[in-house]
Amino acid sequence: MSDREAQTALAAAIAQNRRNERLTRAWLLAPALTLILAISILPLAITVVYSFLTPGTYGGVTWEFSTDSYVQFLFQRDIFDDSLVFNSAYVSIFLRSIGLALGATLGALILGFPTAYFIATKPREQRNIWLFLITLPFWTNLLIRTYAMLLIIRDEGLINIMLMKAGIISSPLTILYTDTAVFIGLIYSFLPFMVLPIYASLEKLDFSLVEAGYDLYANRLKVLFHVIVPLAKPGIVAGCILVFIPGLGAYITPELLGGGKKLMIGNMIAMQFGASRNWPFGSAAALILMALVILVLLANALAARKGASRNG
Amino acid sequence: MKTVLRLLATASAVAFASSAAMAAGELNIYNWGNYTSPEMIKKFEEKFDVKVNLDGYDSNEAMLAKVKAGDTGYDIVVPGDYMVKVMIGEGLLEEVKPNTMENFKNVDPKWVDVWWDPGRNYSVPYQWGTTSFTVDTAVYDGDIDTLALLFDPPEVLQGRINMLNDMNDVINAGLRYLGYGRCNGNQDELREVLALLSKAKPHWRTMDYAVIEKLTSKDVDISQSWNGAAMRARAQRPTLKYAYPKEGFTGWMDNVAVLKGAPNLENAKLFINFMMEPENAGLTSNFARYANGILGSDKFMEPEMLSAPEIVMPAGAPEPDFVTPCPQEVVDLYNKIWTQLKQ
Repeated sequence: MSDREAQTALAAAIAQNRRNERLTRAWLLAPALTLILAISILPLAITVVYSFLTPGTYGGVTWEFSTDSYVQFLFQRDIFDDSLVFNSAYVSIFLRSIGLALGATLGALILGFPTAYFIATKPREQRNIWLFLITLPFWTNLLIRTYAMLLIIRDEGLINIMLMKAGIISSPLTILYTDTAVFIGLIYSFLPFMVLPIYASLEKLDFSLVEAGYDLYANRLKVLFHVIVPLAKPGIVAGCILVFIPGLGAYITPELLGGGKKLMIGNMIAMQFGASRNWPFGSAAALILMALVILVLLANALAARKGASRNG
Repeated sequence: MKTVLRLLATASAVAFASSAAMAAGELNIYNWGNYTSPEMIKKFEEKFDVKVNLDGYDSNEAMLAKVKAGDTGYDIVVPGDYMVKVMIGEGLLEEVKPNTMENFKNVDPKWVDVWWDPGRNYSVPYQWGTTSFTVDTAVYDGDIDTLALLFDPPEVLQGRINMLNDMNDVINAGLRYLGYGRCNGNQDELREVLALLSKAKPHWRTMDYAVIEKLTSKDVDISQSWNGAAMRARAQRPTLKYAYPKEGFTGWMDNVAVLKGAPNLENAKLFINFMMEPENAGLTSNFARYANGILGSDKFMEPEMLSAPEIVMPAGAPEPDFVTPCPQEVVDLYNKIWTQLKQ
């Protein structure tokens, strides 16, 4: 066998081997891909298709193409006469939800950062106990925890009774069934999502950098904002995203603590599949919500890339 | 891996065999939550050696959505009046002819020729009641029989009101207060209704279905309410009084019906007949606290039920108004009003 023949044979064998490998890989990936297709892509595809159909008389859809669901989001054919006018109702429902989610994110950040810092600066063997305490509420269902919060802040609840017994107030504070109650509920529910990623960043923080800062005559505030916060930024961003996104779609918290007088995105979408009998519009609203979330994530990814190139 | 597979195969075979064995004696009921007497179910299970599975929903619309999606495995549903008519029209109910069954003679004649199922070919009465509101008379001691308490509340009740989180109940009450007809497509009148509701809304503290809990926790002092719920709330807050507003109030009836394609059709028919027996209707009323439309059931009801002001309407109260399903154009208008109101 000449050298050249040997080389060709070897190349063929390698190519065959690669093909086999590729086939094996495809087979091994197939179950996972099928599952992803079935539980993630397929439902989403159904939602997209439904959003372009016409509502059936008693729920369901009629197979007739229509873009009405998207038009309806911004315009209404009439509340009473038949002209196409701008309708702010759904936009204002979205804006209020975004406002509440942003507020809750900010609140969780203000409470969560010091908590994470506190845990990260404890001796290593104590940290696990603190982390355990942070995750403890997750062992209970969200509905139950929200209900417990309702018992605490209601007119004849724990807070009001204590304040009244202490003589600080004479009549109960009205907290329950206001936006404040929704804020409290959202912050309480999602706080661990803020603490854990920030803790993960702070845990890796090299505290000799903090000492270096002091050595260079920085005061505490300067050290915080010029050394610690920049180094913890990945955790802060992750925490904010993890609080903002579920806050935006929250359903139970506004329903229970908000008193149901105002619709939030989640409740508005749920209504379309029930009393409103308009599945296409519900689908469209869900997709618009998803588009919003993707925009937030994209903006974040862009900002991260810009930051990376500046630092690198 | 092989062992795991074999185990799985065995397990599923066992599960299949056991479900096949059970299927002969099962009945799957889909009823409103917290609305089915456990005693009555136990009696049915023992009498016919049937295993009853119970599942719950919280609105006619939620039930319809699930049933329309198909393949629920349920045999029995308990739709409200208008929903019976909708479901018959959509071909979702089995025509089981309760009017030919043995116990049909017990059905109060006034509940036989009803508009949602004339002559009762599909359904039988389960419970019926009214939707009005209930007020704490210790807080407000004036005349309570007017919808003004909800829409133009006196100062002591402002900010202390719960409305049902229900488009139809709220809009219908508004229409009655203004003296306009139900299922109303008249745009000028609806414009007035929207103005009325928007003006009243700042006085409402909550809009929620959890009537009993809102009242007994003293979160509110007045709440739109079903009569049975008002009675259950009064048990814990004795100064509550159920109102029969002079402008009118809603009447409704929930009905037992069999789904088309019910897997246990024969058991479902047994259950329909069973529910027309006075004792079983009485058990249901004792639990859910509503009247039932079966003659002779009062003998089996708690004495307190027979004289309760929530059930026995005072002389001079208006007749309950059974609201028919509205055409889609009107539902669309109602939706817009509702969304405007809650934006």
